Amino acid sequence: MNEIVLKGIPASSGIAYGPAFILDKGEFIVPERVILEHEVDSEIARFEQAVNDTRHEIYFLKEKIKQDLGEKQAQIFDAYLLVLDDPALFEQVDQGIRQNKNAAEYIFLKVIKQHAQSFSKIKDEYLRERAGDLNDIAQRVLKHLMDESKLHDLDNLQDDLVIVAHNLSPSDAVSLYNKKIIAFVTDIGGPTSHTAIIAKSLGVPAVVGLKDSTLRITNDDYLIIDGQKGLVIIHPTQHTKEFYSKEHSQIRASLRRLEELKGLPAQTIDGKKIALLMNIGLANEVPSVKKFGAEGVGLYRTEFLYMNRLDLPTEEEQYQAYRQAVEVVSPYPVTIRTLDLGGDKFISSVQIPKEMSPFIFKTQLRAILRASAHGRVQLMYPMISGIGELRRANAILNEVKNNLHQEKIPFDSKIKVGVMMEVPSAVMTAEVLAKESDFFSIGTNDLIQYTLAVERVNEKTAHLYDPAHPAILRMIQKTVDAAHSEGIQVGVCGEMASDPTMALLLIGLRVDELSMSSSSILAIKKMVRSLRFSDIQSICQEAMQLTTGQEIQEFVLLQMQKLGVQ
Amino acid sequence: MFKVEKEVTVANKQGLHARPAALFVQLVDKLNVSVTIQKEQEQINGKSIMALLTLGAQYGTVLKLIVQGEDLSQVQKALQAFEEFFGQQEEELNS
Repeated sequence: MNEIVLKGIPASSGIAYGPAFILDKGEFIVPERVILEHEVDSEIARFEQAVNDTRHEIYFLKEKIKQDLGEKQAQIFDAYLLVLDDPALFEQVDQGIRQNKNAAEYIFLKVIKQHAQSFSKIKDEYLRERAGDLNDIAQRVLKHLMDESKLHDLDNLQDDLVIVAHNLSPSDAVSLYNKKIIAFVTDIGGPTSHTAIIAKSLGVPAVVGLKDSTLRITNDDYLIIDGQKGLVIIHPTQHTKEFYSKEHSQIRASLRRLEELKGLPAQTIDGKKIALLMNIGLANEVPSVKKFGAEGVGLYRTEFLYMNRLDLPTEEEQYQAYRQAVEVVSPYPVTIRTLDLGGDKFISSVQIPKEMSPFIFKTQLRAILRASAHGRVQLMYPMISGIGELRRANAILNEVKNNLHQEKIPFDSKIKVGVMMEVPSAVMTAEVLAKESDFFSIGTNDLIQYTLAVERVNEKTAHLYDPAHPAILRMIQKTVDAAHSEGIQVGVCGEMASDPTMALLLIGLRVDELSMSSSSILAIKKMVRSLRFSDIQSICQEAMQLTTGQEIQEFVLLQMQKLGVQ
Repeated sequence: MFKVEKEVTVANKQGLHARPAALFVQLVDKLNVSVTIQKEQEQINGKSIMALLTLGAQYGTVLKLIVQGEDLSQVQKALQAFEEFFGQQEEELNS
């Protein structure tokens, strides 16, 4: 077989080789399971029990919503209960199990899908949308019928595979977190897609934006992934294999050299200290914060807590997760970003009625505040577009604080509350926001996307994604100036902070903190330790005079080489 | 055993809409009767919310209601309920 080289967008560096696994994405994976005649009755009983359990669960949820949000919001669950009591549903499942001799979950899903299809044909828009409610009910019942983990096909994967997919949703990425995946390859996506973020935190290479890799690669094809250059090599020749094997050992050797920096401070030659923090999303990343010598967590992505599950995490569950991170990272701070309920980041198997958003937000705020009693917690709102939104969020925060106070539950009453600067309108009004914020953190991934009109997952526009674009650098400068004139700190928690060239510019623009995935911390520390702050500043000043992102990148790289930084 | 058949024209402007349908199902569920609704050749169980909603009975549709039960007063209650929930104008229903 001939060697084929596919060129994509590098999303996470490193080299890996192994067999391909093509990931096909279905919604739920409920396998057929043939049953025997004498199992029919017990299978039907199992279905009835599952419906009963779901009914109790929904009844409980309804009561909780009624107390927290009022009667009207709770009414949505009445419809759920009616569906669970629907005699036609029972009849069809009962008959289906008897006639087809198949498992309850398989028949149930088939019946629900038929109904959902009828709903989707209704002319009335409101009724048509109720198909989504059916889906939610289906998930809840299935959870009682099946082992929850089996609802996601990804969990049945074997180890040591290169995952090849058209696209990976954040929740797929979470399912893959505990597997021994050695690399990711996707058809779509850009350098800041969730695939890239997850790959970086796993420390495995990823190449995205390959357009048609899922068509060109077949299962078990032997692949080499070059995350640095963005190459995927199918059926590599012996010569290529040898080349990459050498390359791989060189990378490992340089990683070992980086390891030596772990205990050393991130300080320039002339003594300027730069705070390097870590971005985390999952509880099992917490130990890496200390391991890599990060000075805290600059971004805790809480949306992962909500993914790949059929219910919402409770206040207690969130509190325990945040508290664990806070205690481990102490005395350094943990900056917890609240959910962006309206945005695309919040993709989950739970379908949440819009009316529940305030309830979810309050629950999360309570959990975060409670965790603040155990160390240094900073609270950060995403997607703020102006002062009005900040004030509204703060009003809810104050309400939650008052409640906790009345209930005599301890929390840090002086908790710092900051704004994630990622919407261009927020940057343009940074002076106003700075007056009512305790800190800023620039989310460069979204800021670049919104400023340059580049879609994050669209491989066709990925080449326009340009962190060094003069507009982006000026926006960062404006944000830093606004923050410093109000005496507040400003950090960067986007991927831009993990690229040494870009990090140099950020330091030159006087950003106070850089937060990044664990795999980048040591490389950035190395850059910081090999330069003088005075040099960084003059490189940055000169770069700011240039007119295109490419010129800026090339200039900075050249200056770094001149100063002996690799 | 009583069996009553009756033709009813949907007079609710929104047809068999979610809320009245839900109220109807909730009510007849408590009665010891069977409710069948026929629209042209199609017959559905009147106690099934999903069947009711997906029947596609709009304003002006003529439905045949077949109610059976041991107790005549319960049978009549079911018939009344249908007229009450779908025979009325929506304004009156909301009040």
